[in-house]
Amino acid sequence: MCLAIPAQIVELNDLHAVVSIGGVTRDASVMLLEDAAVGDWVLLHAGFAIEKLDPDEAEKTLALFREMAAAVPGPGPDAA
Amino acid sequence: MPPEGFNPLDPFRDPAAAAALIARIGEAWDGPPVRIMEVCGTHTMAIARHGLREPLRSAARLISGPGCPVCVTPDGYIDAAVALGEMPGVTVATFGDMVRVPGTRTSLERARAGGADVRIVYSPLDAVALAAADPAREVVFLGVGFETTAPAIAGSIVSAQARGIANYSVLPSLRTIPGAMALLAADPGVKIGAYLCPANVSAIIGTDAYRPLAERFRLPCVVAGFEPLDILSAVLMILRQVSKGEARVENEYSRVATASGNRKAQALMGDVLEPCDADWRGLGVLPGSGLRIAGKYAAFDAGEKIGVAIAPTPERPGCRCGDVLKGMIDPPECPLFGAACTPETPVGACMVSTEGACAAARRFGVGA
Ligand code: SF4
Repeated sequence: MCLAIPAQIVELNDLHAVVSIGGVTRDASVMLLEDAAVGDWVLLHAGFAIEKLDPDEAEKTLALFREMAAAVPGPGPDAA
Repeated sequence: MPPEGFNPLDPFRDPAAAAALIARIGEAWDGPPVRIMEVCGTHTMAIARHGLREPLRSAARLISGPGCPVCVTPDGYIDAAVALGEMPGVTVATFGDMVRVPGTRTSLERARAGGADVRIVYSPLDAVALAAADPAREVVFLGVGFETTAPAIAGSIVSAQARGIANYSVLPSLRTIPGAMALLAADPGVKIGAYLCPANVSAIIGTDAYRPLAERFRLPCVVAGFEPLDILSAVLMILRQVSKGEARVENEYSRVATASGNRKAQALMGDVLEPCDADWRGLGVLPGSGLRIAGKYAAFDAGEKIGVAIAPTPERPGCRCGDVLKGMIDPPECPLFGAACTPETPVGACMVSTEGACAAARRFGVGA
């Protein structure tokens, strides 16, 4: 039930946003966000953007995965 | 506009990286398997769907906790919702996963077939819109959920008030997660070694909320997203803490969750809602673990407004939902599992909600 879908804000009118989910648009409230701007990635849950999705942090986490996946010495070309 | 079909979560599902992480997990810990409880139904579903439980078994036992709001909602609440739907002039609006849950008498779905006005909505704001469109009817939204959903419900009340919509109200059944986690950590029968902390609940409350738990019970607590790589790397982070004898809060979900959480959502919840004791199916009444509508918004509280009471209800005979929700047994250990209790004819709530541990075990295979 706590699932939230990533969506991108494509239109903003005060607290009402139009967001795009993989090209499909839908209305959302941005009442719960401190500041919101067109182009922001947000997580949509029950009609509300509950938080922003930080693309830089997402990149860092993906880099961490790559590091962790290769971190233990052992056989294989990618061993650290 | 992002291209059609684009999903920023795709890189978090890469199967090759998942296989590499599973190998690292096997190497990270060679003691007895660490019992890691996930307290969020969305994690339970993801673990079952991607088959993550089995390959980790030698190092970690992933056990499901009470993390599905539908599963922990007691029968008495369903009975009250059905009674509301059967009242003339009342429309009950609800998230779809509530309609099949059996109460002591019937479910909302069967009540609707019998003439009750029950509508499935995607957002509480849709319920506000229903109320605006038909001022002669009282529209009651079933406010079931955890901290992820509570701000949306608070937001719907503020929005209805601002728009002068007087025929909208909420029957709240909101619960907060950290208190339940502390109770389970203190229960000697449950034996938790670490917590996989929920993603979006943490986005609201902040990852610092688990610090007292990590310190008091010496449990590693890792906040994780819902994708397979999120879960696997969080398990690896937990095992690395365990092997070093550490018990800290770590945040794998930093793309969304911060240490202090969403302060605007917290402020809105603090204005509209207030803590109360809450009855959790299978766990009983946990002091201070629920949220009710604050007195100044009583006009939006269906319980106050219409006077419907939620009666305490005993557990069903034979049903082991309580033990499943505490992670004390695996679903197949319940004598009703797969026999009397199936997704088509659920006895307990863990089988009704798609996020329930029993439904996930049934759908994706025993041991899933
Ligand atoms: S199998 Fe059914 S009755 Fe048994 S614990 Fe699961 S949901 Fe409850």
